[in-house]
Amino acid sequence: MKLSKEEIQHIADLARLDLSEAEFEKYGCQLSGVLDYIDQLQEVDTDDLEPTAQVTGLENVYRNDEIKVWADDERKAALALAPDLEDGQVKVRRVL
Amino acid sequence: MKLNTLTIKQAQEKMEKGEISSVDITRDCLERMRELNDKLNAVLTFCEEEAMKEAELADERRASGETGALLGIPYIAKDNILTKGVRTTAASKILDNYIAPFDATIVKKLRKAGAVLLGKANMDEFAHGASGENSAYGATHNPWDLTRVAGGSSSGPAAVVASDMCLFAMGTDTGGSVRCPASFCNLTGLKPTYGRSSRFGLVSMTSSTDVPGPITKDVADAEIVLRVMEGLDEHDATTVDAPATKISQSDIKGKKIGVPTEFFKGTDEKILKIINDAIAKFKEQGAEIVPIALPHAKYGIPVYYIITPSEVSSNLARFDGIRFGFSDTEAKNLLEVYKQSRGKGFGPEAKRRIMLGTYALSAGYFDAYYLKAQKVRTKIKNELDRELEKVDIIITPTQPDIAFKIGDQSDDPLKMYLEDIFLSPASLAGLPAMSIPGGFVDEMPVGIQLIGKRFDESTLFSFGKKYQEVTDWHNKKASI
Repeated sequence: MKLSKEEIQHIADLARLDLSEAEFEKYGCQLSGVLDYIDQLQEVDTDDLEPTAQVTGLENVYRNDEIKVWADDERKAALALAPDLEDGQVKVRRVL
Repeated sequence: MKLNTLTIKQAQEKMEKGEISSVDITRDCLERMRELNDKLNAVLTFCEEEAMKEAELADERRASGETGALLGIPYIAKDNILTKGVRTTAASKILDNYIAPFDATIVKKLRKAGAVLLGKANMDEFAHGASGENSAYGATHNPWDLTRVAGGSSSGPAAVVASDMCLFAMGTDTGGSVRCPASFCNLTGLKPTYGRSSRFGLVSMTSSTDVPGPITKDVADAEIVLRVMEGLDEHDATTVDAPATKISQSDIKGKKIGVPTEFFKGTDEKILKIINDAIAKFKEQGAEIVPIALPHAKYGIPVYYIITPSEVSSNLARFDGIRFGFSDTEAKNLLEVYKQSRGKGFGPEAKRRIMLGTYALSAGYFDAYYLKAQKVRTKIKNELDRELEKVDIIITPTQPDIAFKIGDQSDDPLKMYLEDIFLSPASLAGLPAMSIPGGFVDEMPVGIQLIGKRFDESTLFSFGKKYQEVTDWHNKKASI
């Protein structure tokens, strides 16, 4: 299955990825190749099967809904990783 | 003798007798790291000062009467495992400046047990790969042949143990990332049962199959590390409250070993000979050989390469240039921050997987790809569970071939994906699996994979220990 340039552009937009011309060419081909390979799954009869999303058999793992204070040094270290801060909050570019 | 060559067990015995200290071992390891890293490119970050302090602390703890299987034992962690205050890059440029603000649960447990962190190991970027070549910091070289890959994605953890830079390494295994490099570097690599150990503080890749796992010099050491790292964690709701692993006996008399001959079709004859020799050894030791059938195991790769990219595209969405990691300062608005930071920060394989996963999950394709793959996953899992009711373990080769030359396969993603043929079924089913050294082809190591029942790592250890009692492959070292 060959993906068109528009399809590749659409996927890249959804994935929020800026790609170069060369990358478009390369990934277009490689993705088509991988998808062709994956198509062999269609030969497996899965009519009566449930999908498997997890394998532990655990169900509804609950915890109490209470606030736990994060150690101050770790909280500060985590915030310090942001490129821009103001008043202890992460600053982003104008949205509107 | 150089103390960096010891196993965990040997080092512990010597420390308990007071013959050596953790500082002695740590010093020898650090010297070996400095001596060899230019050749191997296995370590991305050195923690020399911190390591010496931790070793001194371990010696003080011992002096005040404390004992423990990992007290004072130096190790190296794969760079997708968060280590507080230490740079943690996942071998990606997008995390080049990331200093972990907290410890992964397994690191916290190792720290509490007194293990000494020497540094952070190279890997395929975000653990995407089977060779180590996808690292943004260059390929890791195999200590057995510097022109060959060390395997992946835990390339660095394998190379550092195979070259005796440390006593053990901590890796992660999503679809074979501990077992593959263990096979390529003549080491023991354990992928525990999914849910056995906490994933909290690992850089998430495929949350439904990611597990942390040790790479060690022998099976007894793998068991020692698992016993420290396992257990329920309130920070990871997928951990299971399973009975703790007990020290296993190396008795396999009457145990059943399943051989899925049909699944081996197409594998190199020399590799198959090693597997058949191992089966004969197990038989000699009293195990019963049972032919089994896994007709759907071959679909493990196509299933894995839908499920993994899908989860990757979701998990890697967090790298957006806002809260941490690389942020492109040339961006003019918020959307450009996202697109340019990710476009410049991610390497080729991460981009490929994000694209593939985004496509598989996008409107109109979900049923044909993701849902279909999840259903075939059920088939693979049911089939393995059914066969494991008849036998105690299943044996396969770890890899279809020996370590390949650096650069030989790096431009063909599909060929690289096929390296995981024997590895992905256990990952998709969440079963424990272990690679142990089984011999050599063309002077390069070949691993044997043992797959066990869920939460029954002990039987893997019994088989592995017995095998290492009656063979000497695991004692062979790379001459570097």
